[in-house]
Amino acid sequence: MTISFHHHLRDGDYVVNMVMKEIHKLGIKDLTVCASSLGKAHDYLVPCIEDGTVTGISTSGIRDEIGEVVSKGKLKHPAVIRSHGGRARAIEDGTIKIDVAFIGASTSDVYGNASGKGGKSDTGVLSYADGDAKYANRVVVITDTIVASPNFPASIEGVDVDYVVKVDSIGDPAKIATGALRLTKDTRELNMAREVAKCMYHSGYFKDGFSFQTGAGGSSLATTVFLKDYMQQADIKCGWAMGGVTEPIVDLFKAGFVNKVLDDQSFDLAAVASAHQPGHFEISASQYANPFNKGAFVNQLNFVILGALEVDTDFNVNVVQGSNGVLRGAPGGHPDTAAGADVTIIVAPLIRSRMPTVRDRVTSITTPGESVDIIVTDYGVAVNPNRQDLLAAFKDTTIPLKTIEELRDLAYQYAGKPAPVEFDDQVVALVEYRDGTIIDTIRKPKHLN
Amino acid sequence: MAVTNHIRRSMIFLNTQRAALVKEAFVYHPDCVIFDLEDAVAEGEKDSARIQLYQTLKNVDYQGVERWVRVNALDSDLINEDIRAAVAGGAEGIRLPKTETAAEVQAAADKIAAAETEFNRPVGKTMMMAALESPLGIMNAYEIATASDRMMGIALSAGDYTRTMHAKRTVAGTELFGARSQMLIAARAAGVMAFATVYTDTDNEAGFVDELRLIKDMGFDGKSCINPKQIGVTHAVFNPSAAEIKHAEHVMQAVADSKANGVGVLTVDGKMVDIAWVEGAQRTLKLAQAAGIYKGALV
Repeated sequence: MTISFHHHLRDGDYVVNMVMKEIHKLGIKDLTVCASSLGKAHDYLVPCIEDGTVTGISTSGIRDEIGEVVSKGKLKHPAVIRSHGGRARAIEDGTIKIDVAFIGASTSDVYGNASGKGGKSDTGVLSYADGDAKYANRVVVITDTIVASPNFPASIEGVDVDYVVKVDSIGDPAKIATGALRLTKDTRELNMAREVAKCMYHSGYFKDGFSFQTGAGGSSLATTVFLKDYMQQADIKCGWAMGGVTEPIVDLFKAGFVNKVLDDQSFDLAAVASAHQPGHFEISASQYANPFNKGAFVNQLNFVILGALEVDTDFNVNVVQGSNGVLRGAPGGHPDTAAGADVTIIVAPLIRSRMPTVRDRVTSITTPGESVDIIVTDYGVAVNPNRQDLLAAFKDTTIPLKTIEELRDLAYQYAGKPAPVEFDDQVVALVEYRDGTIIDTIRKPKHLN
Repeated sequence: MAVTNHIRRSMIFLNTQRAALVKEAFVYHPDCVIFDLEDAVAEGEKDSARIQLYQTLKNVDYQGVERWVRVNALDSDLINEDIRAAVAGGAEGIRLPKTETAAEVQAAADKIAAAETEFNRPVGKTMMMAALESPLGIMNAYEIATASDRMMGIALSAGDYTRTMHAKRTVAGTELFGARSQMLIAARAAGVMAFATVYTDTDNEAGFVDELRLIKDMGFDGKSCINPKQIGVTHAVFNPSAAEIKHAEHVMQAVADSKANGVGVLTVDGKMVDIAWVEGAQRTLKLAQAAGIYKGALV
């Protein structure tokens, strides 16, 4: 049996643990949990995994205690790690059959017309639950705020909903949307952000009406500041920004530098508040990134700025597995946006304490190098040789170009060549690419024995 | 003066005790770093900082960033080993703190020469700069600046200076005006560079920019920095603006034209210009070239 959850309540989520505790009491075993992502708030899954209540997981994020327990091989079946677009695809093409979808919603009317807006726990949008509501056999909306009918506009339509359950609280608002994500003051991150914006400016795609997405990492977010300067300089505006929406994006939107915002996830209070405004649109995970539908917005992206735990000399990126072999990340929309965008920029420090980010081989592949164009580090910028157009465009600029091999050599020079992590034969997780192919397998690290 | 073509808008102090800092501070693109063995290093960590200094100098490619070492004061029992480690590692220069007389510079220069001989480095190659931190140091600025051929520059260090002057630090820097002026005159007369003191309120960018503009207009060559985020701001203020570069180009072009035409008086951008402006225009273009923002041929 497969049950599903979304992660719009983020670290403040009460829904997953609440539902799992009841299932635990009922003694139901052998469940597969299909979550759009899992994090700190879902640690109750750990005892459920250990006693066989949960034997399978499909998720984007796999980190903290859940990452550890899965890395140790305690989950009966290998976890399947899917990107946001990949999950939407898997639900729509029947790879995942959801028996019961549990959908936490900020507000709902008695028929289950549910929304991420309003109530005690405002999440802004409910993008990741869209496919769950439409394709699951049974749909349960869980809310702490019943409102008068009709609760329109509804993210989840009552026609798809079987049950509405009223609870005291679906989450801790303080942890659902963080306060303002402060822009970094770290000089190193700011310097990298400046280079990212410079690459965008010189790429040939920086034109009026352009589109972009940035992640929530320090350098990615700070790019928006420099982007604004370049937009002013070139006297152009951004047509739309998409993503995990954050305050810096909202600020650009409010100031008129970004015409429209496409929101599949509101990261902070400013994004949640903005989600109520005209021009800020909620899109479903499928609209966002599903490779097999006919209108995913990732395919219209000019730029995406993403992070990396590791990058290898073939430009493959790992954002899932730590360099010690333990699961500690999430593909999110990484492989989806990388595949869709005209220019995919990865920004990461060359070395994290003593671990080289750029290396011969990533520990596991999340996003294939063929969809990655530029690596921006604090030591220089490498362009994928497949992108001769970008190399030509950057030729007479101050962008500090290096080859990816030069970056690797620098990383090894300063941090040393990392010894390979040793793994057992047991496969603990499969990394599924957005189209459903298995792009890598993750084994149990020997040091966890 | 120790002649090099190195641009020195920013010199950032790095606590040599901190491995994470010294292992790759060049990523912030300062013109110079100053590995500090003096005030930033705890008394009990002097040895380990010195070892770290040597290893950093030997093993880390600082990618063209000039590497200076602030040694402990001449009257300490640490300076001999500090200089030996710095010279053995191949530092480009030694910064002598609390300098008050030419004799102190000469004494340190002798120690450097001995270390250069000991470690088979070309004698005389290691540059020096002196920090003036007292009224006596300011009074002797010219003698200090000319005390050795190794001297690259003199720097004001305001903390001790204000204390010994019984002055108070002010936002406007009124209390430093005399010292700044006097040391600048001495530096120019001696043909060495002049560097301004650190700005400690690292979160106050607007105040920092005001001070940078002041010292740039006074004629200082660069600024001592204590936080990486001050580097970019310092460079932005010290770099000639696009308008300044353009004007300098016009001056150089007009001078060339007038030479060809045999005319002595020039008008550039609507203003009369005489030959004294040429040096300033040349300096502007050289600085712009060194900063990587001028690629023209008029330098």
